[in-house]
Amino acid sequence: MMLEPRMTAQEALDAYFLETRAKLLEIAATLDRIERLPGGAEASGDARLRFVAEALELLKSGGPGRAERIQRLYSMA
Amino acid sequence: MFIIDPHCHMVSRTTADYETMAIAGVVAISEPAFWAGYDRSPAGFIDYYRQLTETEPKRAAQFGIQHYSWICLNPKEAEDLGKAREVLAEIPKFLSRPTVLGVGEIGLNKNTPNEAKVFQQHVQLAIDAWEKQEATAGKHHLILIHTPHLEDKLKGTRMILDMLKDFGSAIDPSRVLIDHVEEHTIRMVKDAGYWAGMTIYPVSKCTPQRAVDMIEVHGAEHLCVNAAADWGVSDPLQTHRTMLEAKRRGHSLETLMTVFYNNPAVFFGQSPRFRLKPLRVTEVG
Repeated sequence: MMLEPRMTAQEALDAYFLETRAKLLEIAATLDRIERLPGGAEASGDARLRFVAEALELLKSGGPGRAERIQRLYSMA
Repeated sequence: MFIIDPHCHMVSRTTADYETMAIAGVVAISEPAFWAGYDRSPAGFIDYYRQLTETEPKRAAQFGIQHYSWICLNPKEAEDLGKAREVLAEIPKFLSRPTVLGVGEIGLNKNTPNEAKVFQQHVQLAIDAWEKQEATAGKHHLILIHTPHLEDKLKGTRMILDMLKDFGSAIDPSRVLIDHVEEHTIRMVKDAGYWAGMTIYPVSKCTPQRAVDMIEVHGAEHLCVNAAADWGVSDPLQTHRTMLEAKRRGHSLETLMTVFYNNPAVFFGQSPRFRLKPLRVTEVG
């Protein structure tokens, strides 16, 4: 049984925005780092980076259950 | 606020961590048998079980913490069937020790056929050893299950649920806790009637925020939270950080007590060896 909500969406946005911004920056910095290091062009074909790209598209797609969908994206069949 | 941590590998922590946990309100810890960081000999397992059942309860008791443990051959070393046969033969005598709650943490690591075979052998042992030793309510020793990490978790959890189903009515789901659930496995575990555990651990498992999200979406029933606190960059207060996140979102004291104390007390209380009872919070005046 779902719990009764204790925050509004606005309150959650206020509470978590800066943390989310920081995590997005970490992702951006990691991708920058991989690309600028020797072998960056070759690394771009790595399956793990394709997973990251697909996960980012999934985030943009909207709808509920993004975390679960990314987990499934990363799961072995 | 009192807390029971249902899954914490104290053999990999210093005694200072027991003190820290006691100061933070931990009154009981349950410690499953796990991989030591290297593959052990059968004799090494016997020493390890003695550490779990003799040394750790004494270390914990210095700080007023009750220490309980679980016994098994962990999934990571289950690939060696010969070793598994030797170690499983020794397990029943440890299951009767006064602080042992059951068989665990059994499960799968890379979802191999040998791991699956050893998992099934452990489940059968939990049934057979209970019949011989306990003669009280319940069909089998309590069972604590490890689900694989990362990309192996979804397939491994499905395999575990299928194997448990094959035991039919010999398995009572209320006496089984399937641990390390995440967003893509929690529903299937709870829908099948099992207890679910969430492990708060950097990178390879869950964060406090995601854990509270899952509690909000799936409900607090039959759900526990733990810190694992093992060999990685881990923190024995992650259970507390999760409670703090729930407080931060405004959840009630009743919800916090349910998740962080009463749920573990109810699940472990099915063992005659667990000494703490669930608590009720009542306002006076």
